[in-house]
Amino acid sequence: MKSRWLILVLIVLAIALPWFFYDWGHHRHAGFLLSMLSQMGMMVILALSYNMLLGQAGLFSLCHATFFGIGGYAAIHLLNAAGTGDLPFPMEVMPLLAGLAGLALAILFGAMATKQRATAFAMITLGIGELMATAALMFHHFFGGEGGVTTNRMIENSLFGLTYSSGLQVYYLILAWTTLAAVLMYYLTLTPLGRMANATRDNFERAQFIGYDPRIVRFLQFALSGFFAGIGGGLYAITYEIVTFDALAAPLSANALLMAYIGGTTVFGGPILGAILITLLQSGVSLLSNSWLVYVGVMFIAMVIFAPTGLAGIVKAHGPIKHAGRMGSLLVPYLRLVIPSLGLLLGFIGLVELMSFLTIGAAQGKKLVLFGGSIDVNATLPWAISLGSFLLGGLWLRFEAAGFHRVWENLSAEVRR
Amino acid sequence: MTALSLRDVRKNFGATEIIRGVTLDIAPGERHCIIGPNGAGKTTCFNLISGRFPITSGEILLNGERIDTMPPHKINRMGLSRSFQITSIFQRMSVFENLRCALLWSRSYRYSFWSPLWRQKALNEAAEVLLEDLNLTARRDILAGLLSYAEQRALEIGMTIAGGASVVLLDEPTAGMSNTETDYAMALIRRVTHGKTLLMVEHDMKVVFDLADTITVLVYGQVIASGSPVDVRANRAVQEAYLGALEE
Amino acid sequence: METILISVLNGLVYGMLLFMLASGLTLIFSMMGVLNFAHASIYMLGAYLAFTVSRFVGFFPALIIAPILCGLIGAAIEIWGLRRVHHNGHIAELLFTFGLVFIIQRLVQMTWGMLPMAYRVPPSLDFPLFVLYGANFPAYRGFMLLVSAAMLLGTWLLLKKTRIGLIIQAALTHPHMVSSLGHNVPRVFTTVFAGGCLLAGLAGVIGGNYQTTEPGMAESMGPIVFVVVVFGGLGSLAGCFIASVVMGMIQTFAVVIDYSVADLLRPMGVMLTGDTLLTEVLTVPVARIGALLPFVMMVTILFFRPRGLMGTRDT
Repeated sequence: MKSRWLILVLIVLAIALPWFFYDWGHHRHAGFLLSMLSQMGMMVILALSYNMLLGQAGLFSLCHATFFGIGGYAAIHLLNAAGTGDLPFPMEVMPLLAGLAGLALAILFGAMATKQRATAFAMITLGIGELMATAALMFHHFFGGEGGVTTNRMIENSLFGLTYSSGLQVYYLILAWTTLAAVLMYYLTLTPLGRMANATRDNFERAQFIGYDPRIVRFLQFALSGFFAGIGGGLYAITYEIVTFDALAAPLSANALLMAYIGGTTVFGGPILGAILITLLQSGVSLLSNSWLVYVGVMFIAMVIFAPTGLAGIVKAHGPIKHAGRMGSLLVPYLRLVIPSLGLLLGFIGLVELMSFLTIGAAQGKKLVLFGGSIDVNATLPWAISLGSFLLGGLWLRFEAAGFHRVWENLSAEVRR
Repeated sequence: MTALSLRDVRKNFGATEIIRGVTLDIAPGERHCIIGPNGAGKTTCFNLISGRFPITSGEILLNGERIDTMPPHKINRMGLSRSFQITSIFQRMSVFENLRCALLWSRSYRYSFWSPLWRQKALNEAAEVLLEDLNLTARRDILAGLLSYAEQRALEIGMTIAGGASVVLLDEPTAGMSNTETDYAMALIRRVTHGKTLLMVEHDMKVVFDLADTITVLVYGQVIASGSPVDVRANRAVQEAYLGALEE
Repeated sequence: METILISVLNGLVYGMLLFMLASGLTLIFSMMGVLNFAHASIYMLGAYLAFTVSRFVGFFPALIIAPILCGLIGAAIEIWGLRRVHHNGHIAELLFTFGLVFIIQRLVQMTWGMLPMAYRVPPSLDFPLFVLYGANFPAYRGFMLLVSAAMLLGTWLLLKKTRIGLIIQAALTHPHMVSSLGHNVPRVFTTVFAGGCLLAGLAGVIGGNYQTTEPGMAESMGPIVFVVVVFGGLGSLAGCFIASVVMGMIQTFAVVIDYSVADLLRPMGVMLTGDTLLTEVLTVPVARIGALLPFVMMVTILFFRPRGLMGTRDT
């Protein structure tokens, strides 16, 4: 019940957010915010559809961007055809058509890949992803080679008479489709197929002995997830009016994985959280630092080791304790974690930034500005402080974490009773 | 017509013959137990019948139809269901979901991605009834992986019979249970397999002689005796090969 | 004729390099059931470390030191990383090594910068070994073949003659049995993982100056190695060897073949005109499709023989 309110608040917030930053003096929307929100919408679809594989069906795919990208390319060509009047479809259904393109390709590749399990599946999808990325660079007719293909989204065919000349209109189109896709994906988890996908994830063999062919379950799940990824790609094409091979290459597939995993694969909303967070990091931190990928990579590894359920999973784990009204007992243990974590974090950031400035930054002739001051990367002091803070924070955190773990275990045991 | 027949079934793993020509006939409604020392091939037999492994030669018939070339899910759809010696359930799904999944195919939902489960009244009621039968109603929404061992075994049996299969194979359903748990499990098995053909591997002789209509003794991949409990108990070959060793 | 001979030799050199990487990957996979996505990253590390070490002590000591460093890094990864996620299942292990790819990639960029390194063939090996029909064959490639052959022999002896080798062999054929043999499984795992990384490092040392040492080298090598391993059949060293050589040959031969499907069709009386997607696909010369071929091969073999060339078990 409560999560329904959360969703409603989220949607209202998404609708209202552009107006908070409206520039009344110039009657303009904040362009940066709009493009970031639009990007978030697409990434939410990408991450959610990826989690249909990883979280719900236990399939570790490395070619998810293939279907996103193919949706993008399809949308570009469809928009071009619609622009010349050859295609009588309004703008609003373009993402759907892009989704169908994703579906078609996912049916083709899914038939090959879902014959395999676990590791072999991951490798085949890796091969498929590389195959498509290489092909995109090679064949100019459909993919436009390195330059990609472009379009003009003002096709003057809209169900609501919109021109889509402004970023706001495009953003609302994205928001509508994101909501629709998310609702549909949630609906899928409540159908026999969705449940059997969970079942084959948990126990491939058992699923066979209750009458299901687990390969077909996985195949259908794979195909449908390709469909939703294609919708995301269609929105990408509409937003940027250009699609290059970046939209189907390996880094985007990896991004889908990072978003879904960091957000949390065990909770339906987890990937939404991950997509929003990573997009924020991407557009925020990447402006400040060259090395944002290091931070995301380390965060990812840390989650694989320490918190395999992701952020949403951590939140969910508090449910029973909150239910018993014992959240208060966790306050002090949490506070005790803050200082050592900060030490570890700041030390780590310092080391990474110093390191990367020694090589990459110096080559670009920039100056290192860290924590508000200019720093000489060749001096010993900043290195010593960073290293000290990193090591001290790490050791202290280890000690505190052990204490926290004890408190947590005791509390959980108490609540269970 | 027999419910399940094996005709000279053989199985090789590499050069070793594990099942060396087993012939069995099980009548509809019969409660049939397979006993035998460790490594006799009892579980392998189950794996062959249920299609987990392909057989090397011979024939297996279910209600008169060949099933030995079919994959497990097809055999299941023909009305044969099995449980596993090592508990095999969907660990990260709730108890209720486990049972509901086990009901899906027999109620012809197939791979539907359009029918919302919460609206399927008959299905949900059937799952609730099953929960009641298994005495798991109180544990309805707990993840199956968190159940106690005996509860997991009960769930496993529930999932095995949920699809309404006419032939049920249970692989050591009481293994690792205490005496009270065993008694409870046997009562449960009697209740839920009423009117079905039951084939069971079991080590607990008390359970076997209590429940079975027919007992088959399997030693080194061969049937050395098959008959009513009284006959088997009196069989000298069995006494020498198996029971004798137990009653020493 | 001369192109064919030289191409065969070049293909062999590249194939052996691939095998050095793929064999380590196969050993790790067979033993631990883990596909090490970061394997090509270790290869890259090997090249970079060799570059740095050789600046101080010269190429030949670096040939020994850099792989050992890579082996140690591998051991550290196994002990402090993989072992901790092991109980969370295969997917967690895959995810872990996948995350490593990111981190190693960025660490390398942070330490050595984005530009290619001036990691060159040592002067003592920088001469043409022999001249064949006017085309010369560099001595360094001969040296690479020598190192690969030595590695092949060394690994073979290790597998056949030592105790740990026997355990690894057992693991190749009976993956589930080894843990019940009573051996110190964690230590065996660490040894195998470190050994695989050592081989990858060695490949990096001799491959780094054969190709270029730059931050993108893991990204370009990784997928090819995975294709080799899948094509050969997961867990089969022999299949892995055949696949490596085949892949090496295909990659080098594709570059020199300047024909397209359209050229094949022409004698049959099929003429392609116009400017459509189909004609584009059919008229691309094989030389340009070279990069695509490994993946086409992989998808094809998996379609017809899901276990790969010589694979014996599912994953």
